[in-house]
Amino acid sequence: MSDKIKITLTVNGTAMTAEVEPRRSLADMLRDDLRLTGTHLGCEHGVCGACTVLVDGKPVRSCLMFGVQANGASVRTVEGLADGDRLHPLQQAFWENHGLQCGFCTPGFLMLAAGALEENPDMTDEEIRDVLSSNLCRCTGYQNIVKAVRLAAEVMKAGPAPQATRS
Amino acid sequence: MPDSIVDDKVYATARQPIRHDSAIKHVTGGAVYIDDMREPVGTLHLAPGWCRTYAKARLDALDLTEVRAVPGVVAVLTKDDVPGINDVSSSFGDDPMLADGEVLFWGQVVFCVVATTREAARKAARLARFEVVPGTPLVTVADALAADSHIMPEYRFGRGDVAKSLKDTQRRLSGQIAVGGQEHFYLEGQVAMAVPGEDGDMTVYSSTQHPTEVQHTVAKVLGVTEASVTVETRRMGGGFGGKESQANQWAALAALAARVTGRPCKMRLDRDDDMIMTGKRHDQVASFDVAYDGEGRILAVDLDFASRCGYSADLSLGVNDRTMFHADNAYFYPNVSIRSQRLKTNTCSNTAFRGFGGPHGVIAAERIIDSIAISIGLDPLEVRKRNFYGPGRDVTPYGQKVEDNILAELVGELEASSNYWKRRTAVRSFNAKSRILKKGLALTPVKFGISFTLIHLNQAGALVHVYTDGSVHLNHGGTEMGQGLFLKVAQVVAEEFGLPIDQVKITATNTAKVPNTAPTAASSGSDLNGMAAQAACREIKARLVDFVSMEYGTPADKIDFRDSQVIIGNGAVPFREIVKKAFIARIQLSAAGYYRTPKIHWNRDKAEGRPFLYFAYGAACAEVTVDTMTGEMKVDRVDILHDCGKSLNPAIDIGQIEGGFVQGMGWLTTEELVFDGQGRLRTHAPSTYKIPTASDVPEEFVTKLFDSPGNREETIFRSKAVGEPPLMLPACVFSAVLDAVASLKPGVIPPLDAPATPEAIMKAVHATRRGGV
Repeated sequence: MSDKIKITLTVNGTAMTAEVEPRRSLADMLRDDLRLTGTHLGCEHGVCGACTVLVDGKPVRSCLMFGVQANGASVRTVEGLADGDRLHPLQQAFWENHGLQCGFCTPGFLMLAAGALEENPDMTDEEIRDVLSSNLCRCTGYQNIVKAVRLAAEVMKAGPAPQATRS
Repeated sequence: MPDSIVDDKVYATARQPIRHDSAIKHVTGGAVYIDDMREPVGTLHLAPGWCRTYAKARLDALDLTEVRAVPGVVAVLTKDDVPGINDVSSSFGDDPMLADGEVLFWGQVVFCVVATTREAARKAARLARFEVVPGTPLVTVADALAADSHIMPEYRFGRGDVAKSLKDTQRRLSGQIAVGGQEHFYLEGQVAMAVPGEDGDMTVYSSTQHPTEVQHTVAKVLGVTEASVTVETRRMGGGFGGKESQANQWAALAALAARVTGRPCKMRLDRDDDMIMTGKRHDQVASFDVAYDGEGRILAVDLDFASRCGYSADLSLGVNDRTMFHADNAYFYPNVSIRSQRLKTNTCSNTAFRGFGGPHGVIAAERIIDSIAISIGLDPLEVRKRNFYGPGRDVTPYGQKVEDNILAELVGELEASSNYWKRRTAVRSFNAKSRILKKGLALTPVKFGISFTLIHLNQAGALVHVYTDGSVHLNHGGTEMGQGLFLKVAQVVAEEFGLPIDQVKITATNTAKVPNTAPTAASSGSDLNGMAAQAACREIKARLVDFVSMEYGTPADKIDFRDSQVIIGNGAVPFREIVKKAFIARIQLSAAGYYRTPKIHWNRDKAEGRPFLYFAYGAACAEVTVDTMTGEMKVDRVDILHDCGKSLNPAIDIGQIEGGFVQGMGWLTTEELVFDGQGRLRTHAPSTYKIPTASDVPEEFVTKLFDSPGNREETIFRSKAVGEPPLMLPACVFSAVLDAVASLKPGVIPPLDAPATPEAIMKAVHATRRGGV
């Protein structure tokens, strides 16, 4: 086995150092080393998008990126999306609008949409559909996912008004 | 519909659009799939080893020296390590877990590496040296037909003198359609973790639709009793039929590794390995010869299916029988002969996939209707309606009477709400003006038989405990793969006890709690397990009613359960207080419920009986635009009307319908499995195998539930099964593509095969312009 490389990064707002093998994917590092198993592995070659996380605010396939490449970066996973017990508007909308079935693709879609909406809060319906086409869902037929993202976008634009908690 | 279904009861929990019980966990990353479970210290990882060169070969020698030398490798398993029987099949005994002297398809597992890390195991798995004598593989349906290679005997049923009808008729046509297979692409691949216990016991966490069969398989492979093996399944990241029988092998390998090493072992297939090694939806070639009258009514049908089953039988008997059961779709065939040939090829063993063979029958039936319509110049919807089952024309080719037909009403409603006839005119005038782009429109029905056609599978068990604080523990034999089964059954239990849904604890499917279960398949999950859970609840309630009646001197018929209370005459006592009192009075607060589907019977040898308890119905209308220069196709609009009886959960059911539609649309349009001449699957990843994305789904996509008075059969709260039937609704997309291409040359039937990829569309366009050949 290769020698591990020491990196520093921020994961879900927490600064940390990690020792990681040079060829370990960011996805494996998150899942196995940091126990953040909400990031799922679907195809492991960058097509399905189940492993999507935000790196410095941009959605990336964590299966296609090495952990060491996250050195100095800020990584955000589905576990870091809610604000304590307060769900992110996207989480709230996916929950309320049945934007999931088996749930395996859900974290990837949430992070993809979070990154896309942070970059452009004014996406048209067509742009939303286009962005969401980056990821695969095999259960829902996408209707409720698209609807949830559209509704979350409106909530996010309206600003950080108090949101319902999960209870 | 019968007048007898009068249902005035107000439901508090059942029939409500409650959100998926795991939804919060899914959106926060807290839902635990098998690969997310904390591994016990010392867990080892497996990777399959296989011969990457040949689909058919005699295996003379296997050199594993280099494999064993890789750092981290703890064991390498071959067939010689199997203490029991080296077979992971459901029933036919022809699925070696590890190859035995021969390679029968490209991807057959020959050995398995067990190592301290998954990476080490995968790396080592590539280092084996095979000494083989290659043979010539049979790859396609045509190869197998030419070689007369069958995995099991052909099967036929029908009625009347078909040959005579075909000979005597003035109007007759014949045709052929090839219908492709389909990869499940459950987002969570095959995975299992086995943990050895004392006395040779084994606990297996498996992503399976059939924990009981995994239990039986592990016991068979290890040579231990079934009682020594416990299988647990909390949830799957999708199943779709691909984890009905095909989860067995990976669970059994993990269990064998755990037995050999004495350590917990996990096997998670890499996606490419998963797509290469596991079976898919069958691909079939359907040939038909049809007699019809001047009105487009079918007089006789001779239908033949040739189905690629792969190297072993797996579930091909049931799958191909179901193709035959649905070769009528919604149409009455006065004289009919249906034959199905089950072909053995050197390809992966094709298996269950949502619809279970039914979709091939439906597509064949719809092609027959479309062909008649094109031939006599009638609108296909008109021909469809003329051929529907109706009074005096209500017996299926397998002898079951269609008693619950609602298609005339349902299709009539969709015809109006989708504005079919106005759009038909618009499509015609668009096509008259547009030279390259052509539009197509189609409205197709679905009638789908509900029940396992293997009769003994139509049984289920449930286990319900009421604790002294009034909370309820629910367990049953069904598995959760995203379809919302756990929620639906919990709704039933909450409804029965009059409790809020969060008082019902949903628990993982476990063979030690409810034994001898059927797979969660055939759309039967909530029908079977809902009834079993209801039976358990009613047993506990009956004991409570007896107790309360004695205790309070109130007649039993004045006692009810609602709003977290037990209603006793004019008074009410909190449910938790009653159960506490009942416990003190030594009343049993736990029950095992059981259900078996009534009325059904099927004699396969005589081809007679009533295989289905009832039919689920639906219809969909699609409009498409086809570019006749490039073959590009866009679905412009979809309208769906589907029958769920009295839906147990309308929100969940609409999700099933939309998801089933898009999955079926993928099967019929973009998802193409390509095997090369050597039998190697060339599309073994989503990069080369095109699964629909959000932008493939039309923005105008309207899904409605049919306003049903309820299932006329006594199903759980009069609901209907919904898992599979919607998969066939996108037959309308396929027929709409045909309609668009057919507009190029009136009267010519385009020879369009499925999936209607741009390539297949271009072939059909050229052939149509040439006159159909």
